[in-house]
Amino acid sequence: MKVLKIATAGSVDDGKSTLIGRILYDTKSLTDDKLEAIEEKSRQRGFDYLDFSLATDGLVAEREQGITIDVAHIYFSTPSKSFIIADTPGHIEYTRNMVTGASTAQASIVLIDARNGVVEQTYRHFFINNLLRIKNVVIAVNKMDLVDFSEEKFNEIKKEIEFLASKSEYKGQKLTFIPLSALKGDNVVDKSDAMPWYTGETLMHHLESLDADDINDVSETRFPVQTVIRPKTEEYHDYRGYAGKIYGGDFEVGDEVAVLPSQTKSKIKSINFFDKEFAVAKRGSSVTITLEDNVNVSRGDMIVKTTEEPTIAKELEATICWMDKEPLQASQKYYIKHGVNDAQAKITQLNSIIKTDFSGIEENPSELVLNQIGDIQLKLSKPLSFDAYSKNKSSGSFILINPKTNNTVGVGFIK
Amino acid sequence: MNQNTIQVDALESEAIYIFREVVAQFEKPVLLFSGGKDSITLVRLAQKAFYPAKIPFPLMHIDTGHNFPETIEFRDRLVKELGVELIVRNVQDNIDSGRVKEETGRYASRNMLQTETLLDAIEEFGFDACIGGARRDEEKARAKERIFSVRDDFGQWDEKNQRPEVFDMLNGRIDLGQNVRVFPISNWTELDVWSYIEQEGIEIPSIYFAHKRKTFVRDGMIWSADDEVVYRDEEEEVVERMVRFRTVGDMSCTAAVLSDAVDIVKVVEEIRDSSISERGARIDDKRSEAAMEKRKQQGYF
Repeated sequence: MKVLKIATAGSVDDGKSTLIGRILYDTKSLTDDKLEAIEEKSRQRGFDYLDFSLATDGLVAEREQGITIDVAHIYFSTPSKSFIIADTPGHIEYTRNMVTGASTAQASIVLIDARNGVVEQTYRHFFINNLLRIKNVVIAVNKMDLVDFSEEKFNEIKKEIEFLASKSEYKGQKLTFIPLSALKGDNVVDKSDAMPWYTGETLMHHLESLDADDINDVSETRFPVQTVIRPKTEEYHDYRGYAGKIYGGDFEVGDEVAVLPSQTKSKIKSINFFDKEFAVAKRGSSVTITLEDNVNVSRGDMIVKTTEEPTIAKELEATICWMDKEPLQASQKYYIKHGVNDAQAKITQLNSIIKTDFSGIEENPSELVLNQIGDIQLKLSKPLSFDAYSKNKSSGSFILINPKTNNTVGVGFIK
Repeated sequence: MNQNTIQVDALESEAIYIFREVVAQFEKPVLLFSGGKDSITLVRLAQKAFYPAKIPFPLMHIDTGHNFPETIEFRDRLVKELGVELIVRNVQDNIDSGRVKEETGRYASRNMLQTETLLDAIEEFGFDACIGGARRDEEKARAKERIFSVRDDFGQWDEKNQRPEVFDMLNGRIDLGQNVRVFPISNWTELDVWSYIEQEGIEIPSIYFAHKRKTFVRDGMIWSADDEVVYRDEEEEVVERMVRFRTVGDMSCTAAVLSDAVDIVKVVEEIRDSSISERGARIDDKRSEAAMEKRKQQGYF
């Protein structure tokens, strides 16, 4: 089954929960008992409509305050595809959750209230989609019923977003604009009669047409070694399998490879998945490979084709989204986790804070606080093998961990 | 045999990746095994992750003493085949020693009591990572759970202060005394699990398939009348029905559904068309809207 991960962000006021509820309802993904529970709770609270946010806001505090605090994952499927929606809060104080939810997404829905048009939150959401280089972005202009299904209003919003897109440095993004009413169901699953001027697809039809294979980024092959498998049984006495997941491209038996960072050369002898051998393994596959030569490989090393070596260096520049209450300051030390590789990192410089409303940067700040995004320079305790995030998402991203609290405090996108 | 191309399914690939991270990042992991379909699926995924080596951690069953006998039989056979170590810890022991008090009455269940036994076992063996088969689609508090979910000394889940999980990087750094609950099939749905069982030809306990059973009806749900652990009023009439179980939790809180799905193909069809969620037949979730969240805060798995 093909799985498509979609990120959404926005507040309850945008009708995001209503939209998700509508999708679940119209695709018949809400089971009777869940629907009954929503009906009962909605009645108890004196609503005359079904409050679908009750289906997604899973924490007591969220239901009390009527807001989404944390990323929720919502699952549904149509006959042709499975979908995972990472539903995130859209307020500025939840930027980190938005980044978290969007980091694994292959598509994103930016929800806009047709009455209010593009607001600060839209800017932020759009900015994060660009930072993370999400290829398929749907601009869902909601509450069209409240603006008399006005084509003019819709085009106004479209123009404004297109202007924003022109300022973004990521040019590979595909924008799709859909006018809809989540409450009434127009253009969500079923085509609307109220907007004959719109000839495009409905939201669900569009999501179904996206191919998860196409949107996995094609790049150079990266194989970070997670663990070495040594059965030490009689049958597999000398077996040394390198277990990991293939990112970016494919591997084939016979490929000439280098083990990084040592740059030792060898050839792929076999590709194993469970009890079978394969000639080729596609990107995204967790497999085990063996090499022709008895070379030294351990966790954190990266196996690549000799013609596709990444940068190997002890310093790097990155854009970082800060996720911790304790601010980032220059000269602080953290653990860095780059894929499955660990090292120590020192912030040598905090260059700037980037405003998520596209209004520019603040140079040479003293610190980066929770939910801010900025550019930094890092010095590393050992050489890492990395790519620019724009080239390869897996080898171009990292997290920083506070050694005192063990918390994940930031996510970085290598320049 | 060496001619073909492999594209590992995204969910399977993710689960295998998570298993390998656990073994690389933790010293003493354990797989929490209930004998249910989710934990059986985990075992298969663990096998695949480390093949041709054996699964490099033990399985642990927190036995409520209220299991379906079919599940226990199945468990023992599987462990023998795999050649892995099985640890069993009994809720009954804690009841006997007076550490926990057994619920009584119509809705009495040992489900909650498992938590204490689990926390004791984690401490006894010094486990730093407990791998479980929970899925985010099961319940809305579970939908907020991380793949690596950090628990404190008391096993508590601090839901408002969870570590962000970005891309597929998993931060398993913990302090002494803390442990991590790991959920490799977080992103699977019930249908995904069933489809996988079908595709892989994985054997599962017979109670998952439709069979004749003595049952009675209460609150619109069908309960097994075969065993004395399920409380039944005199006036609740016992009738033989064709049923199966969608989950195999503690017998006292797991209701059956009417079904004629006698094999895996029919079960997958049934799940695909079902209009009731899986946990709709779990009375423990119906206690309150926040039932699961509360249990998790106290260290429930």
